[in-house]
This record gives sequence, C-alpha cells and structure tokens, in this order.
Amino acid sequence: MRGLSVAVEHRQGAFRLEAAFEAEGGVTALFGRSGSGKTTLINVVGGLLRPERGRVVLDGEMLVDTEARRFVPPHRRRIGYVFQESRLFPHLDVRANLLFGRRLARGTDGISFDDVVDLLGIVPLLARHAAGLSGGERQRVAIGRALLARPRLLLMDEPLAALDVARKAEILPFLERLRDLGIPILYVSHALSEVGRLADRIVVMEDGHVAAAGPVDEVSARLDVAALRSAREAGAILTARVEAHDPGFALTQVVTEAGPLYVPLLERPVGASLRILVSARDVTLSLYPPKGTSALNVLAGHVAEMGAEVAGDPTMEVRLVCGGASLVVRLTRRSLAEMDLHPGTSVYAAVKSVALLD
Amino acid sequence: MTDWLTPDEWAALRLSLLVAATGTLASLPPGIGIAYLLARRRFWGKSMLDMVVHLPLVLPPVVTGYLLLLGFGRRGLFGAWLAEIGIVFSFRWTGAALACAVMGFPLLVRALRLSIEAVDRRLEQAAATLGANPLQVFVRVTLPLILPGVIAGMVLAFAKAMGEFGATITFVSNIPGETQTLPSAIYTLTQIPGGEAGAMRLTLISIIVSMAALLMSELLARGVARRLAA
Repeated sequence: MRGLSVAVEHRQGAFRLEAAFEAEGGVTALFGRSGSGKTTLINVVGGLLRPERGRVVLDGEMLVDTEARRFVPPHRRRIGYVFQESRLFPHLDVRANLLFGRRLARGTDGISFDDVVDLLGIVPLLARHAAGLSGGERQRVAIGRALLARPRLLLMDEPLAALDVARKAEILPFLERLRDLGIPILYVSHALSEVGRLADRIVVMEDGHVAAAGPVDEVSARLDVAALRSAREAGAILTARVEAHDPGFALTQVVTEAGPLYVPLLERPVGASLRILVSARDVTLSLYPPKGTSALNVLAGHVAEMGAEVAGDPTMEVRLVCGGASLVVRLTRRSLAEMDLHPGTSVYAAVKSVALLD
Repeated sequence: MTDWLTPDEWAALRLSLLVAATGTLASLPPGIGIAYLLARRRFWGKSMLDMVVHLPLVLPPVVTGYLLLLGFGRRGLFGAWLAEIGIVFSFRWTGAALACAVMGFPLLVRALRLSIEAVDRRLEQAAATLGANPLQVFVRVTLPLILPGVIAGMVLAFAKAMGEFGATITFVSNIPGETQTLPSAIYTLTQIPGGEAGAMRLTLISIIVSMAALLMSELLARGVARRLAA
C-alpha cells in the first residue's frame, strides 16, 4: 500500500490540531496561513513531534499509533526534511553536509551523489563552508542533503519563505526537477502561486483542521474555503497545454479546460503542459458576448456559486464554470446587483491577464 | 639546564602537570555526561545533583579533602572496596589527581553545560531526520558544536588543578615525589629558613604554566571558531 495516511490530534497550549489527510505520489501541498498548523502537522509526519492521539502510516508501515503505543523515532523513518532555515551543520563543509545521512541510510538504491549535485547545481560549492553560502545556496544544499539520505518521502517546510524574490526564482526550477524524480513530496506553503506551480494535490489547513483537500485545479476555486479566498493571489489554478505559437503577435495559444487562452509567447514546444493562475481580480464579466473589445481572452460560462458578502467590503467573489473548469471572479457587489447575477446566469468572462506558474 | 631547579622542585613540577592533566582528562567523560543531563533532561533529584556537583566550589577545600579521605581513604567507604581491586588513592599521586578532579569538576560541568544549552537543537533534529540515532547525533553534531566549551572547561579545570592545595594536602598529604605538587612545594619552602628563592622559582613556574594553558586554550578556541565561523 503506497502513500501517506495521517489522522492525528494534538494540543499545544491553546492551539488544537485535529487533522486527517492522505497523500500519494507526486507533490502534495499543505496550504494555509501561518498558525494554521501546517508545520505542526509535518513535524508529526517527520517524527519531530509525538501527537497525543492518532496514526501515521507510510507505505503500509505504521509510524505512529498512539493506541498501540507505537512511535517510530525520526531516524528510523527515512523521511527527508527540508527546513525553512536550511539547518546546515556549521562545523561541516558542503560536501560533508551532503553526505551526512548517506551512509546512515542502508541500501544502494536511490539517486547518486553526482546526480544530486548536478541536479541542484551545487558542484562549485562542495568545498565551501556552510556558513559562507547565500540563502538560496544553503537551501539547495539542504535539499541535496535530504535527498542523499534516500528518503521514502520528502517534507519541505516553506523552503522558500526565508528567501527574497530573486532567490526564490533561483530555487523554483530545482524544486520542479525534484518533482520529476518521483519521490513523494509534502510541501508546506502559504503562497498559492508556489502551490500552483509545484503541487498536484492540495490540503488546505485552517485553525488546525483540514478545510479542503483534493487536486489543485479543483480546490483552488472553492469559495467556501476561507484560507484560499484570503490569499493574496486568490483565483483559480488551471492546467494548460501549449496549442500554437503566433510569433508575429508574440503570442502563444494555450488550451485549458475552461477554454483557449492567449498568453505572451512561450518558449515551449507545442503540446507542453503548464500551470496558470487566473487571479480573481483579473477577470471581468459581461452578460452578452463583448463586441469591439480589446479583451483577447473571453470565455463563455455560467455562474455556479456566489461567495459570502463581507460587511464593509464592496466586493465579493463569484465562481463560474467555463467548460470543464472553474474560474473565480471578484467584482463589486453593486455590479453584481445591477447585472442581477445568480447561480445559472450565463456570462462571458474577459480574462485580462494570466500568471504563468511554470 | 636542569640545575636552576632542585630535583625536588622538578619533581613537584612534573607531578603537578601529571596530576592536573590526569584529573582533568579523567573528569571529562563524567563531566560531559552530567552536564548533558543537567542541560537537557528533567528528572527527579536534578537540583540535588546540581548542588552536589557545585559543592566543592563553596565548601572549604579542607572539608572536601577530609570528605575524600573519609570516602576514598584506605579504610574509607569506597576506598576499602577499591583497594581490593587494586585502586588506591590515599597518599598516592592518584589521590592528588582525584582531589584535583573533584575540585575542578564544578568549573568543568558549568562550562560544558552552558555550551550544551547553547547548541541549536534544531540542528540535532535535522541530523535525526537524516537517519542519525541519538548517539550518532551526539558524536557527529552536538560534540563538535560544544568543542569550544569543552576546551574552556578543560582549561579552567586544569588551572584549578594546578593551584589546588587544601583538598590535596588534606587528602593525600605532602610527600615529596608522590603527592607534593607545586602549591604544596611552595608552601613547604616558605616554612623552612632559606626557602624563599625556591618558593620564588616555583611561583614563577606556576605563573608560566597557567599563562601557557590560557594561551593554548585561546589558540584552540580560535581554531574552533574559524571552523564554526557562523
């Protein structure tokens, strides 16, 4: 039985964690704002925290079962952990840091040392001292160190949170390559764009419990999940495929389940797949097919769900279904009233801009 | 070159170095163990253990020496038993080393405890997730990180041992060549007419040895700091 299954309860002061979720292969994102219990939850998975009650099962092996008084200590779990603050050993150089767990993990399977340093681009750093590295370099070394211990599962606790935008951009491609290695990853994040770019499935945490879980495309548009709606980049995440290039206008046409969209010219082959984020603030609605408009991307659909009104907030969200996918639109309550929108109304959504997530 | 010290004075210097080094090295493993317990564990009787460890710091050295005599003398509580398996402390240089170890122990444990408390436990957690069991975590992460504290503690204990007088003379007396360390020799020389020159020579040597120990610890600590450069 492959995969991770978690169902635990734990109290820490006034905070109460009561969460259950499953994860299989690929990247599963644990999403939520700070204090929602994400880190507590992966500490339980990694064995750094012993929950008061519950079970953790990985690939059929019972790691925690409080009823049977079973607790496998972290060093026997073969679960890699990449911490937010890298936690490199200051008394060792980069090579020794990387090799720290290598001999401790029995077996010869898994990725080779040369492959890992190549993959992460850390060959030039090997003889350097951990203390002399930049934040981005440290995090790459920390990832390599975890990989070389031959993990069955890799936990990543906001590995980009301590980095500035430029360093984040430096690391993200490496994380994508990591995804393609086939090691299941549990990725903690509070940035929806990161989740959309890396994860296949998302588990949304709110106040210590799981508010929603499922494929990223499906969950990201749900209006009933407050943690998703209050995210800065709130919107819908869609999977897209490159359909055609139009170098004359510097555009690429991609196809999503919601319909075709034009995006700035991509250097990717036709047929390549990518993730895009359609932010709720970048969509406008009209009741009729817009004529003589500058909008390039207009998708037909219908209103599926109305979000909650918040006193004092002039805007609210509406979920549309266009083709086989959902889009989220944020519009003023006044427009909503004037257009007389209600579930089932046919609408045309003009998408002003699309954020490419990878 | 040896004629500027009398044979007895040479013997006192050699003996002091031997006694201080033995006492310091022998107290290191239990020192690390107890410092680790005090820094990391909660257990019944912890403050009692802490107090007992620190007792030699506040008791008059003569009292500590007398307690050692009661405990480890030939007819002492442990002494009699230890004598049966061939370990004798009373009126031997080993007894002087024991006295030095006991007197230096609080200083050693204090330095070790502080450095263990300063270790970032998140690094130890990281080591555990990489497959290191608790012993491997200690040897490969904790110990290298507390090395500056180990050096500092050992220098303090060694310096204390070089100057230890009251407990030593009470426990193992003042036998030239066997238990007469530098401080006992200086004391003896001040008690006999014409001993001032010898006392002065040994005093100078004491100062040199202490300063050399400090200097060496400084150099070692700098080397470690370079390695840990954080």
